[in-house]
Amino acid sequence: MPDPVIRKQVTSVEEIFHEGGPPPGTPLRRAAVVTVIANPFAGGYVPDITGFMEDLKPLGLAMARDLVDVLGGDATVVEGYGKGAIVGASGELEHGALWHAPGGYGMREVLGNAKAIVPSAKKVGAPGVRMDVPVTHINASYVRSHFDSIEVGVSDAPRADELAVVLVMTTGQRIHARAGGLAAGDIRGEDGLR
Amino acid sequence: MSADIRKIAVWLEETRTESGRPVAPPTRKAVAVAVIANPFAGGYVENLEPLMETGAELGGLLGTKCVEALGIDPASAESYGKAAMVGENGELEHAAAILHPRLGAPLRAAVGKGAALVPSSKKMGGPGQVLDVPLGHKDAAYVRSHFDGIEVRLNDSPRANEIMVAVAVTDSGRPLPRVGGLAADEAEGRDGLR
Repeated sequence: MPDPVIRKQVTSVEEIFHEGGPPPGTPLRRAAVVTVIANPFAGGYVPDITGFMEDLKPLGLAMARDLVDVLGGDATVVEGYGKGAIVGASGELEHGALWHAPGGYGMREVLGNAKAIVPSAKKVGAPGVRMDVPVTHINASYVRSHFDSIEVGVSDAPRADELAVVLVMTTGQRIHARAGGLAAGDIRGEDGLR
Repeated sequence: MSADIRKIAVWLEETRTESGRPVAPPTRKAVAVAVIANPFAGGYVENLEPLMETGAELGGLLGTKCVEALGIDPASAESYGKAAMVGENGELEHAAAILHPRLGAPLRAAVGKGAALVPSSKKMGGPGQVLDVPLGHKDAAYVRSHFDGIEVRLNDSPRANEIMVAVAVTDSGRPLPRVGGLAADEAEGRDGLR
C-alpha cells in the first residue's frame, strides 16, 4: 500500500494563563496537530484495509515528535494526550479506525512509557467540521484533573476523498482544576487506570 | 504588559500538495491569537488610549510568536495581516483602538520590514465564532500571489467581556498562484504598493 500523501498539516499550541481564577505559576499548554492525507479507500467499499495502518506508523511518529517539538522539545513535560480522525464524505467511518494503532504507537514511542489508553474520537465530516478530541492523563486514565478536550478543525479539510488525522498533547491539569477525584500525584501508574 | 491575557494560541499551517500537484517548497502560514480582558466592556468610554497601548504590545508579541512558529529570520516573512473580534459587552471601536493606531510598528519590527499597509478585519462575536484574518504582501500591497487569508477560531473565545486579537504572518504566497498581476520578485517595496 502506498505511503500517505499529505496535502497539508496544521499545528497549534494554546498557552492558558488563567480562566478568571488565580493564575498558576506555570501556564497550561495544549498542542494539536492535524494532518490531511488522501484516503486511499475513498469512493467505494474495500474489504481489506488493515495494511494502511502499517503505512501510517511513520506519520504517527512524526506527528508525535512535532507535538513535543512545539511544546519545547522535552517529552517529560507531556502529561495528557488524545487522538482523533475525521473521514471525508466519500470514505467510511471504519477508515478513521485505522488511526488507532499508528496514532497511539507514535505517541507512546515518543513519550517513552505511557501507560494509559489514548482516548479517541472519530467521525465522518465535511470541510471545516470541528472535532473535540478527548484528553486524559498519559499514565492513569482516572486522573480527574487531566480530563479535557481540544477542539480542532481545518477550514478546507477533509475534502471528500481525504482523511484528517489528529494527535493532541497537554502539559498539565485543567487551569483551575478543583473537581476532586484521583490526583496525578496519587497514581500508581501500573495498570494505566489509577 | 498592560493587557490581562487569558490565553495565547498559535497555529502553523503547511500546504504540501494541492490538486494532486506538489507545492515545493510548501507554503506556510502562522497566526497567533491573544484573548484579553476588555477593560471597557459594559458601557461607553470615551478615551480608548489603554487599548491603543495594548495594541502596541500585542503587535510585537503576536508578530514574534508567528515568526518563531515559522522558524524563520524576520526578514524572510512575506505577508501579514491582523484582525480582532470583540465580545458582546464591548464595542467595535475597541477593535479599532487595538488594531490601527499602534499595532503596526512593533509588528513591522518583528517581520523585518513592512512597507505595506497591514490588511485588517474586525467584528463583534462570541465564543467559537470564526475570525478571518486577511493577508497581503508585507512590502508591496499589489503583489497578487500573496492575497490570501487565514481563519482562526477558539471554542471558548471571545467571552462577553473579552477581545480576541489575531496577527498572521507567512513565509509564502498561495500554494499554486497563477492569476497574474505583480509578482513578488518584481516588487520594489518602497512605497508599500508596488
